[in-house]
Amino acid sequence: MSPRPSAQAEPVLRLRGITKRFGSLTANDAIDLDLHRGEVVALLGENGAGKSTLMSILFGHYVADEGSVEAFGQPLPPGDPAAALARGIGMVHQHFTLADNLSVLDNVMLGTESLWSWRSGRRAGRAKLQQLSAAFGLQVHPEARVGDLSVGERQRVEILKALYRDARILILDEPTAVLTPQESASLRATLGRLVAEGLSIIFISHKLDEVLEIGDRVVVLRGGKVAGQVAVAQADRAMLAGMMVGRTVEQPERRPHSPGAVAVALDAVTVLGEAGRRRLDEVTLSIRAGEIVGLAGVSGNGQSILSDLLAGLVRPDAGHYRLGDEDVSRAGARGLVARGVGRIPEDRQTSGVIGDMTIPETLIAEDFRARPFSRWGVIDWRAARDFAGRIIRDFDVRAERPDLNARLLSGGNMQKLILGRALARGPRFVLANQPTRGLDVGASAYVHQRLLAAREEGAAILLISEDLDEVLRLSDRVAVMFRGRLQLADPAAGPVTVERLGLMMAGQGFAEAHHAA
Amino acid sequence: MRLEPRLTVPWTLSVAAPAGAIVVSLGLCAILIAWAGAPVLRAYGQMFQGAAGSLFALTETLARATPLIFTGLAAAIAFRARFWNIGAEGQLYLGAVAATVLGTGAIGGLSPWAMIPLLMIGGALAGALLLMGPTILKLRLGVDEVVTTLLLNFIVILFVGLLLEGPLKDPMGLGWPQAEPIVAEGELPKLFAGMRLHLGFVIAVGFAVVLWFVDRRTTFGYAARAVGLNPQAAAYAGIGVRGVMFRVALISGGLAGLAGVSEVAGLKGNLTLDLSPGFGYSGIVVAMLAQLHPLGVVAAALFVAGIFVGADAMSRAAGVPTYIADVIVASSLLCMLVALLLTRYRLRR
Amino acid sequence: MVDWLDMLVTASFWLAALRIATPLIFGTLGELICERAGVLNLGIEGIMVAGAFSGWLAVYLGAPLWGGILVAMAVGAAFGLLHGVLTVPLGLSQHVAGIGVTLLGTSLSYYFYRMVFPTVTEPPRITPFQPLDLPGLLAQTPMTYLAFILVALTAYVLYRTPLGLAVRMVGENPAAVEAQGIDVTRLRIGAVMVGSSLMALGGAFLTLSAFNAFYFNMINGRGWICIALVVFASWRPGKALLGAVLFAAFDAFQLRLQQLIGGAVPYQIFLMAPYVLSILALIVMSRRAGVPRALMIPYRKGER
Repeated sequence: MSPRPSAQAEPVLRLRGITKRFGSLTANDAIDLDLHRGEVVALLGENGAGKSTLMSILFGHYVADEGSVEAFGQPLPPGDPAAALARGIGMVHQHFTLADNLSVLDNVMLGTESLWSWRSGRRAGRAKLQQLSAAFGLQVHPEARVGDLSVGERQRVEILKALYRDARILILDEPTAVLTPQESASLRATLGRLVAEGLSIIFISHKLDEVLEIGDRVVVLRGGKVAGQVAVAQADRAMLAGMMVGRTVEQPERRPHSPGAVAVALDAVTVLGEAGRRRLDEVTLSIRAGEIVGLAGVSGNGQSILSDLLAGLVRPDAGHYRLGDEDVSRAGARGLVARGVGRIPEDRQTSGVIGDMTIPETLIAEDFRARPFSRWGVIDWRAARDFAGRIIRDFDVRAERPDLNARLLSGGNMQKLILGRALARGPRFVLANQPTRGLDVGASAYVHQRLLAAREEGAAILLISEDLDEVLRLSDRVAVMFRGRLQLADPAAGPVTVERLGLMMAGQGFAEAHHAA
Repeated sequence: MRLEPRLTVPWTLSVAAPAGAIVVSLGLCAILIAWAGAPVLRAYGQMFQGAAGSLFALTETLARATPLIFTGLAAAIAFRARFWNIGAEGQLYLGAVAATVLGTGAIGGLSPWAMIPLLMIGGALAGALLLMGPTILKLRLGVDEVVTTLLLNFIVILFVGLLLEGPLKDPMGLGWPQAEPIVAEGELPKLFAGMRLHLGFVIAVGFAVVLWFVDRRTTFGYAARAVGLNPQAAAYAGIGVRGVMFRVALISGGLAGLAGVSEVAGLKGNLTLDLSPGFGYSGIVVAMLAQLHPLGVVAAALFVAGIFVGADAMSRAAGVPTYIADVIVASSLLCMLVALLLTRYRLRR
Repeated sequence: MVDWLDMLVTASFWLAALRIATPLIFGTLGELICERAGVLNLGIEGIMVAGAFSGWLAVYLGAPLWGGILVAMAVGAAFGLLHGVLTVPLGLSQHVAGIGVTLLGTSLSYYFYRMVFPTVTEPPRITPFQPLDLPGLLAQTPMTYLAFILVALTAYVLYRTPLGLAVRMVGENPAAVEAQGIDVTRLRIGAVMVGSSLMALGGAFLTLSAFNAFYFNMINGRGWICIALVVFASWRPGKALLGAVLFAAFDAFQLRLQQLIGGAVPYQIFLMAPYVLSILALIVMSRRAGVPRALMIPYRKGER
């Protein structure tokens, strides 16, 4: 995208000295930020750098401890989303703020009319929505139920929500995190049209390439402070990476390694859903000892159910799940753990740990019924504490005390704990579902390093990730899921690139819908 | 003003919380006592006297606490697993019915060593089976157990009335709707001559200790705790959530049934329609005051029992309506909820 | 035996059914509003008791009947505020807070009753609402008409006004509401207060209209039945009305049946019928289509 000239008049947005603390953590530290009219500023930083917090303060979800915000020359009252909206600031949240059971129009019109009014101007609202939709190329059906929409369509609704309220400043929080490469391109085009209409945009990202493509100017946050600002025209990957991380982080290298025998095999596995729909459709895959197979795909195409099946939570309706020679389709989670399967769930807080239990307590959740943790139904807490101590030591988990409640660990440390539990006993199959989601570069590198180490020790690893860079870097082979079907990206057909994977993620190459035999 | 989670909860705070809640609640109810025209401090003094001022008062309080310990444990165990068993009242009555059916002469020639456990098992089974209905409805059909257990209470009490006017009616009862008395070998022996305190109290405390051990040290207790704190993570870890809930419900219903056995075979001697003045519901308050801790249940049950026993005395002496006890208990529950919040979180600007 | 079929078509039967339905309509409507906003209000039983008592007491002490209604609504709103504060900004367990409110509402009512009337055994009476002087089915008391009007009003507000949209949204995704600049806490507490005042009206109907005195155990589980009826109504006001009337018709039917069959079947069986029916209604609706997504999930501002 060619660089746009940004009007260097008065900034439309001026943040000065924004500081925000959560307990002992300083999320934002005296941050200054300007936004000019018609400008696209990328707020870049790794996970935990403070980008979302800053924008949440701007929009009014949080109140800053120090500092001020000025929009269009007037100070903006803090902690008041209504005031931000009235001033023309709109936000497209990372986790969409939409009500699934209501229609697009309902979601868009919420809050735009006085709560004391007795009538609702839906007809006028629908007309305005359709007009905006056409003007910016954001196709939506006003009466569609939001829960039925795809992720890309839902994002369009989020954007239209802001435009409907006459936003002049648009904040987008990690907008391409959940989109296919093609949908991301479409979003970029939309942003171009918005800027042409005079909007100013801030978008948050942790992806370097995206920032170089879309933004006019990049502001890099690191550890809650502004680490640097640079015009995109004068920036390159290495410079930005350096500013983002501030130190060289060893990106672990995948060394060539010849894999062993097939350790995990899925044989035409099918899982049925409601109304005969196939949530998994004849999935066939084999993973050999000492290799990493990466699985890419837009979320919602079957990765979760595949992960649940491999984790022992779901049984196949047809087909087999084998570990080595043994059919473990019906083994269940405990059976799999006993057979040497290490599992890293997608959502560490919901599924990975029991937050209100202490670290030793939650660590034994998978195998508390077996020795050494219990005998004849009585739990041996000393063994649990020893195990916890070992994992904390061996996996670099930073916890103030060993019997801390699990929920008080930071995201990175919690993930290391879960990683530790999965890897501690030298598993023969590791299921890693979004293992670095929400982690900073340091923690991510650590996770990668341990996964690669496990690979070299002969574990078979399935890496499910929305981060295509991660998939490409770590995997020996790559597969893609689309609508419950799985297909390998065969290197014989050409180099496996982001573009090729993106096309596959959008459905290219997947056979026609399977009819029941 | 924000709520920030505390790193750890010092045990001193865990004890101060219910104490603070009780103090606040007594303070609020002082307003009601004053409104009724009675001198507040003297009235509370009379309440204390009535609850603990003599050996008789103490044994009355302990006797009153006995069913509350059972229903308190029933509620605590269930609530820990996030199973909202509000049906302890009905389970209590059905346990009493079972004890009556088994223990009023149908089975003869057993020694007390056999009869008493038989009545207890029968009563516990009855309570557990009653709760099975709502449990299965919840696990199979997702029907909320709060309403089903509540509605069952009304059904059971009507059923008991039906039984007392029909098949279980005591022919020697001078026409009152009451059942025959429990046979001598089924009676829970009194602990002190001339006092109403009976073995049931010891049994109840025994169950509290056992449950405490189960919760802290056994795999079953661990699984139940995991399911209550985070059912998704528990399921991911391979804990059969439904099975755990089922077993928890069985135990909860059984404990409530035991409350009924204890009252019939220990305190009253026979089943009447007014056997329970709301022990099932008070058990919920007891459980919350105890923060769902089995040993705390004993302490909380003693407190609630003391309030009720003391209120009777205060009512006679000071002319304050006896319902003050219900108000104190209800407001203690609400104050306890707020106090719990303050133990887990810190208020920050 | 055909008598009892004939019974169904008489005006007197449906008059009774509508009268029995009225407290259920108020209660179900009130709970529906709370749950639509995402808050389960188990205080309904106690709030109905409190509404019954306070409305009646006001009239006993000299207020006009409509004054009693206002007092009942105010008392209901006060308990609603209590429940709302405990569950919304403080985020406490909605189950336990609700039971606490029920216990408090009931115990306070009984306490004040005994304080005002320490020694009466026969409950004192007032002059209740009289049925309107209209033909046939229309000879209802004003409060029954009020109930029907409130159903229509609630449906209108919920589906056709911005406020109703906000209430529906906050029960589906409170983050969506906050992101549009509306205060989630105030909205939810407001909804709970409005719902609770309707619940109190349901109780007041019993003491100001159906009967003329306050008895202990008067509410007798109607509140819990309303909670079942909300599920049965799929959280929609129109269906709530239908459900309440159907339920009341069944209740009226079993009352008449009792009179006809009488001695053969113990009267307790008949009295059990409403509770059994409620459980059946819950089972039938166990698919729970339409449950507000954010029901019972506390919302902490700024947490995402």
